[in-house]
Amino acid sequence: MKILAIESSCDETSIAIVEDGRNVIINKIYSQIDIHKKYGGVVPEIASRNHVIKLPYVLESALTESQLTFDDIDAIAVTHGPGLVGALLVGVSAAKALAYALNKPLIGVNHIEGHIAANYIQFPDLKPPFLTLVVSGGHTYLIQVNAYESYTILGRTLDDAAGEAFDKVARVLGYPYPGGPAIDQAAREGNAEAVKFPRVFLDKNSFDFSFSGLKSAVLNYINHCKQKNIEFKREDIAASFQAAVLDVLVEKTCHCAKKTGLKKVCIAGGVSANQGLRTRMKKQAGEEGITVYYPDLVLCTDNAAMIGSMAYYDYQAGKTSDLYLNAEPGLNIE
Amino acid sequence: MKLLMIDTATIVASAAIIDEEKLIGETIVNYEKKHSEKLLPAIDHLLKDVGLSIQTMDAFGVVSGPGSFTGLRIGMATAKGFAQALNKPMVTVSTLESLAVNIYYADGIICPILDAQRSQVYTGVYQADGTQVEQIIPDTVCDINELIVYLNKRSEKKYILGDGCQKYYKEIEDKVDNVYQVMPYLAMNRASSAAQIGIRKMKEGKTVDFKEASLMYIRPSSAEERFGK
Ligand SMILES: [Zn+2]
Repeated sequence: MKILAIESSCDETSIAIVEDGRNVIINKIYSQIDIHKKYGGVVPEIASRNHVIKLPYVLESALTESQLTFDDIDAIAVTHGPGLVGALLVGVSAAKALAYALNKPLIGVNHIEGHIAANYIQFPDLKPPFLTLVVSGGHTYLIQVNAYESYTILGRTLDDAAGEAFDKVARVLGYPYPGGPAIDQAAREGNAEAVKFPRVFLDKNSFDFSFSGLKSAVLNYINHCKQKNIEFKREDIAASFQAAVLDVLVEKTCHCAKKTGLKKVCIAGGVSANQGLRTRMKKQAGEEGITVYYPDLVLCTDNAAMIGSMAYYDYQAGKTSDLYLNAEPGLNIE
Repeated sequence: MKLLMIDTATIVASAAIIDEEKLIGETIVNYEKKHSEKLLPAIDHLLKDVGLSIQTMDAFGVVSGPGSFTGLRIGMATAKGFAQALNKPMVTVSTLESLAVNIYYADGIICPILDAQRSQVYTGVYQADGTQVEQIIPDTVCDINELIVYLNKRSEKKYILGDGCQKYYKEIEDKVDNVYQVMPYLAMNRASSAAQIGIRKMKEGKTVDFKEASLMYIRPSSAEERFGK
């Protein structure tokens, strides 16, 4: 079964064709990063405007390059939430029109479930149950994936998402948008012991996260240095900040895996591209007999292939959408 | 030659099917703005009611602005989706020209206004000659006062319509002579008027490829405005 998938929840316009959930025939991604760079972050109105312009081009090249036609497609899938409402609406409207005119089933997909499914593409033998850490600019979750269609949220952020803290700290340190990769890169050149930032573990038995205190601590430290003319290496701040985030993410994930008895941990979402996180998780979880999975970088960013993969399992479970499908910016996973 | 026209530029969601000069069917919902949810089902019902399939359309039209940014994108993304799926041409129609065509028979100038917030309106000025309308001032965004100054320079009858009437007609009426408000049911967007323009454009060969069809926001995004474009 070949599914044509559309992803437009933030600033990536992406179209993919995925066969049977695991085989990516094509995964075209048009990134708007260069357009949003000068504003220091994604501007929703500009993102939406560019999705309308780019989507037909990306779709056409996906078909041309894969040498497929609409006749070869069995269903249309689209991210319908969570995400930026205006951006989501472009993809949803296009998907509904395509599905209707082509007379194919329509499958509305949850973006977070899509990020988790990126691991199905990377690891063809990976099957639930497993534990997943979803980390991105908008989300931080520890989720038990019971089955392709069944999720239990075990922990979530009480304030900022991990990626949000990365972006904020990067901006104050003067790194260009997107901040996450810049911090990750700088952290490799800095001293992680330079500044001891707080690790917020909350209650020992809680799997929830909180990053706003850490974010404030870093910003206060930088302000303090600037006011008192104390010199600092921004690589050191980046490294110390990243270490504080990773300590909490990795520690809680391992603790959670132990408590649930799950032997497999998948990292998903934009921040799963963070080299520091990948290395730390693999090492610490590995020592405890847990296998760690994360997808290639191209599958960590927002992309339609992961949506096409998840859509296959939605379809198998009988979860298709009707023509009333709408964008749901706050869509939940449970 | 059959055209399916979509208009989601304002609070009105409307679609019409026109075959040459004949309006085959039209749907207008002037109630809640749930365009993203209801547009496709409405088009589906319309097609079923008239016994046609979407595959039999020769072109897809869309009202391309000005108007609600989100509404415009829902209409455009939908029309592009149809056109790309079925490999058919598109036509785009100005929201303001479409409104003017609602009263093409007016004996004077027609001035559609859409609320653009910040004391501004999207507007354009159209001259009616009894059979069709011709644009004499291009679609733009301006302060309501600027429009009032312009209207005062014109001596002929002036017909005002569009969703900006609610907010501004009273003020215009107080300050401008020889001005008339169009009846509410004719003062709102309807896809049949846009379809009339669309079919003419098709005959004139003014169709566009689904990739090239573009929206006329007129106003840049506020981030671009702040950044000084
Ligand atoms: Zn994402």
